[in-house]
Amino acid sequence: MKVHFKQDEPDNANRLDGMKQDVLGKPVSRVEGLAKVTGTAPYAAEYPVANCAEGVLVTSTIARGDATHIDKDSVLSMPGVLAVIDDERLTTRAAQGTANEAPKQGPRQVCYWGQPIALVVAESFEQARDAAKHLGVEYREEGGAPLDPASAETEEQEDETVRQGDLAQAMRDAAHSVDVTYTTKGHASAAMEPHAAIAEWEGDRLTVHASLQMLNYNISELADALGVEEENIRLVSRFVGGGFGSKLGISEEVVAAALAARELGRPVRVVLSRQQVFQCIMRRSETTQRLRLAATSDGTLTGFGHEALVSNLPGEEFAEPVLQSSHFLYGGENRELMLMVARIHRMTAGSVRAPGEAAGMPALEAAMDVLAEKAGIDPVELRLRNIPEKNPEEGLPFSSHTLAQCLKQGADAFGWDSGPRRPRQRREGEWWIGTGMASAARVHNIAEARARVTLRPDGTALVETDMTDIGTGTYTILAQIAGEMLGLPPKTVMVDLGDTAHPRGPGSGGSWGAPSIGSAVYVACKAIREELAAKAGVAEDRLELKKGATSDGQEIGDLLGGKDLVREGHYEPGDIEDDYTASGFGAFFAEVRVNAYTGETRVDRMLGAFGFGRVLNAKTARSQCLGGITWSIGVALTEALEFDPRDGHLVNCDLAEYHVPVHRDVPDLEVAMVEERDGAASPIQAKGIGELGMCGGAAAIANAIYNACGARLFDYPMTPDRVLSVTAD
Amino acid sequence: MAEPITVNGTPQPIPDDPRVTLLDFLRHDLGLTGTKKGCDHGQCGACTVIVNGIRINSCLTLAAMHEGDSVTTIEGLGTPDEPSPLQRAFLEHDGFQCGYCTPGQICSATALLQELAENWPSDASEKLEGSIAITSEEIRERMSGNLCRCGAYANIVAAIEEIAAGETA
Repeated sequence: MKVHFKQDEPDNANRLDGMKQDVLGKPVSRVEGLAKVTGTAPYAAEYPVANCAEGVLVTSTIARGDATHIDKDSVLSMPGVLAVIDDERLTTRAAQGTANEAPKQGPRQVCYWGQPIALVVAESFEQARDAAKHLGVEYREEGGAPLDPASAETEEQEDETVRQGDLAQAMRDAAHSVDVTYTTKGHASAAMEPHAAIAEWEGDRLTVHASLQMLNYNISELADALGVEEENIRLVSRFVGGGFGSKLGISEEVVAAALAARELGRPVRVVLSRQQVFQCIMRRSETTQRLRLAATSDGTLTGFGHEALVSNLPGEEFAEPVLQSSHFLYGGENRELMLMVARIHRMTAGSVRAPGEAAGMPALEAAMDVLAEKAGIDPVELRLRNIPEKNPEEGLPFSSHTLAQCLKQGADAFGWDSGPRRPRQRREGEWWIGTGMASAARVHNIAEARARVTLRPDGTALVETDMTDIGTGTYTILAQIAGEMLGLPPKTVMVDLGDTAHPRGPGSGGSWGAPSIGSAVYVACKAIREELAAKAGVAEDRLELKKGATSDGQEIGDLLGGKDLVREGHYEPGDIEDDYTASGFGAFFAEVRVNAYTGETRVDRMLGAFGFGRVLNAKTARSQCLGGITWSIGVALTEALEFDPRDGHLVNCDLAEYHVPVHRDVPDLEVAMVEERDGAASPIQAKGIGELGMCGGAAAIANAIYNACGARLFDYPMTPDRVLSVTAD
Repeated sequence: MAEPITVNGTPQPIPDDPRVTLLDFLRHDLGLTGTKKGCDHGQCGACTVIVNGIRINSCLTLAAMHEGDSVTTIEGLGTPDEPSPLQRAFLEHDGFQCGYCTPGQICSATALLQELAENWPSDASEKLEGSIAITSEEIRERMSGNLCRCGAYANIVAAIEEIAAGETA
């Protein structure tokens, strides 16, 4: 039986708080953890499939033009080679998140360096790799492709534009004003598991084991790409080795494996090389951002301007939403916000963890530090003075607002010195030492979701949905939600994820996974409780379930009368999405050391305080925050995609040249969770947490660099050469 | 006739194709997929295994170069029924999220404990000779070849510290 709940009103009943199992929110270790630490959890490429051929993609070496001739004979006689696939249906980019249709197809038309143009299939990986290197390809290059966002044609993203009052006048009238321009470099998701797929046909039915975040969308994207019915496709992603946006949409190896398996009549595996993952999936766009802040003598904002330039391929709808939180984070009645997209022939730009805020917040929060200095106001205090009562553009109420609490609690826990601030006050040997802080904000997203819950007479339960767990903790929090509602220990709740044979979840992306699918499980469990209550002869809101029994001792198994009780929960966000501005908030505090001679920055300690609604699992939620803070360190100090100005190709396309933080870059991190209940966010009062932890953290480090050594930088990442270039003596 | 490679105690014949890396031999030929391929270039550490007691990146070496060697993979360290102390500590401290770098982290940490016990110095060590103090900085330095993009570093270090403290106590 299906149960549908569309949420038009906030749910402040907080029913989960009244349940008796007392497991939700607890720091339960991951239920799938033993499989992961023993290496027995199977990822996409690791399913044993008999007679599986191996495919390796061949990619373009020009930025724009046509692959006029693919010389299949150049490799077909090589040992073990089975086929060269250049089907017109091959996809040449990964789909954008929630696209729900095939991305660009037609491999002969080249739009960027590194674009897939063919697949070579052989008996072994070594044979396929060798043949792929030797495949002869002739091109007709269309020269003059725009490659540089600074000089390319731009388009305005009109739905982002805000003009309110007169910002120019506010800047002229301001007691204190800031007009600064920041740049950020592109970022790569660099999930540890390279994209991979094993495709297998049985007649007209296709099964693909793939590494994807959003199966509910990916199945339509794959069906559209292949021209087959969705009913004939099954996608399986039980374990996904990290996503961070790079696996939101169907990627090239999935379609290539499916087409090759069809043509050869046997299963085919395609795994992208690390270089291909970098070059033909997604990049976060570089940005150029102008910030204008106008304030009265007491620091109250009267004007707020944020204009950004990002880039993408011609025809791609995605534009890094740099201004996302700038629309509501701070007040200022005179506002000007604008987002421009430059059309260039670099690889596809798309979602990388926290699209928008990951680039926008480091700029905004560094500019706020400049304003705090000019106004002579403590940076924490400046932010406290500018928290708006309601959304300053749309006038909507906030669903909840924890920024002030996070700022205060974070400052206390960090030991923030709110006294006068001047750079270059503390020196230990070669090192300048300083502190900095920044606000965090990340919009709350929620989506339609379905999950089936089965309560069994043996006192166990089963949760089934095609929702994925990409390391976020989905397996565990769903076991906890169902366990709490049904009075069962989490270890007796089996959670089966990542299979399109199950009801459709929302997919993992935009931090919406936990609140969305958690709500679907909640809806299903509530319906099961109603049935149990009727059998027990009590009202549902009086039914107390714990350890598999009611409070008066009736076993669940007896109530069920030997039969499974099954409910499919279908959650849909209604008016709550339109009636409120909903966001996670937080505050970062960092202490850094900057070497006076080399310009090297080391983060000595960092703390994040975050408010994101109900904490579903204190252990996995904290880990999400730790991950976000770790990414902040990369954004601040090391991560930068570099493109060749001649052909637009990504130069640092591996993990040796693209520098993600490593163990020694990350100090002890502290996380303070500011727990709240946000009934307008979801019926389980939870918001997302996967991205908030990196939305602004880089600015706390940038501001600490300035406080330490006096280097006021406007370009991320703040590498040693940049630090030295503006350091006095 | 080539001498076999011993993997988790079982002798295995050297593969015919000399291009097969130790990593692909483990994952593909033997089905030991606990060892992960993250970059295939020795840059991420996901493929770390222990060969004759020393941790190495199995993607950077060919299977044919390991005649007579003894290889321990994550499957050889523990099982879901009997996890090793480090595997249990990773679970308890949430020293992973997606789990893909995890077997490499655990193999690396297992060998690291041995290196510390034998007083191998590192960049983080105060001196080159004598006993090495087990500090979090020492662990971070020695684990820096194992990338974790989920950002579980703080928890990984906590897990290793717990086991390291137990072994020296």
